[in-house]
Amino acid sequence: MASEPQGGLTEYISHHLKHLTPHTSPEGFWAVHVDSVTVSLALGVLFCLWFWAKARKATAGVPGKGQAFVEIVLEFVDGQVKDVFHGDRRVLGPLALTVFVWVFLMNAMDLLPVDLLPWITEKFGIGHFRAVPTADINMTFAMSLTVLLLIIFYSFKAKGFGGYMHEMFTAPFGKHPLLWIPNFALNLVELLSKPVSLAMRLFGNMYAGELVFMLIAGLFTAGSWALYGMGIIGYTVWGIFHILIISIQAFIFMVLTVVYISMAHDHH
Amino acid sequence: MEAIVQIAQIQGFTAIALGLIIGLGALGACIGIGVMGSKFLEAAARQPELVPLLQGRMFLLAGLIDAAFLIGVALAMYFAVANPLLSALTAK
Repeated sequence: MASEPQGGLTEYISHHLKHLTPHTSPEGFWAVHVDSVTVSLALGVLFCLWFWAKARKATAGVPGKGQAFVEIVLEFVDGQVKDVFHGDRRVLGPLALTVFVWVFLMNAMDLLPVDLLPWITEKFGIGHFRAVPTADINMTFAMSLTVLLLIIFYSFKAKGFGGYMHEMFTAPFGKHPLLWIPNFALNLVELLSKPVSLAMRLFGNMYAGELVFMLIAGLFTAGSWALYGMGIIGYTVWGIFHILIISIQAFIFMVLTVVYISMAHDHH
Repeated sequence: MEAIVQIAQIQGFTAIALGLIIGLGALGACIGIGVMGSKFLEAAARQPELVPLLQGRMFLLAGLIDAAFLIGVALAMYFAVANPLLSALTAK
């Protein structure tokens, strides 16, 4: 795509940073990113069908490779939840499993060559396509705001309306009426910083990873064989390192979700 | 001529800022990872039976420590390839 090295690289990258939006959707904040929505939904359905199919065919005897893999993932996530949350895991366990596998699959889209999906969609006349939903800040904030809603829901459920409000107004400092406002302000900051940090962490990691992939991919069109070779080596090295990053980020998102929700169950 | 000077100035300052963002971020993250890794190895040497328990937490913390640095890198990359401060000038 990029023919000359310098101006072409900037254009190449800014082209790749554009989301696919329908012509009818408004610009800016309300723009609908069709690519993120499509890829994330497809991966979510893939995850559900895959685990459902394995669970349907599960045997108590010698498990096949697929069933063993699903069991390993399930037990790993369940063990993590068990470490953090001591209570009824019937909701939190599946939630953690969904978060972990879904975020992992969405992050794993980063490992596809950066030009592969845009190249395929270009055949169908679609110019911009970003394959990594978690490198879209809308996706990560959608997930973390859902976690915020769950935190609030479980706070109400565990403590009741009165109990939760009592905690919000008296928790860190004390019961004195003069301290109600500072208490509430601190609790509000604590509550709101959770989804922001959750979303920004995942987004920042995936966005940086994607940009480094693009910068390396810019070497392929730089025009010399030495740079092409460096591009291949760099792409491989960063790709292998990125496997670690995507797993860790999915793991952190899952663990922090569980930690936040189990904190909502705690009484002060 | 005036515009070229201004563009060059913005580019120069942006380059310095990028170096500071990535450099200081990497410094902090590396010190953090180093301190945590050394403590992990110490703990593993003292009580090898705790390694599986500690390993998961170490990776969790490694990701947490790395996160702020990588957000900085993402921001720096964004400024490197599509500088919004520059495009505000060139749009005029």
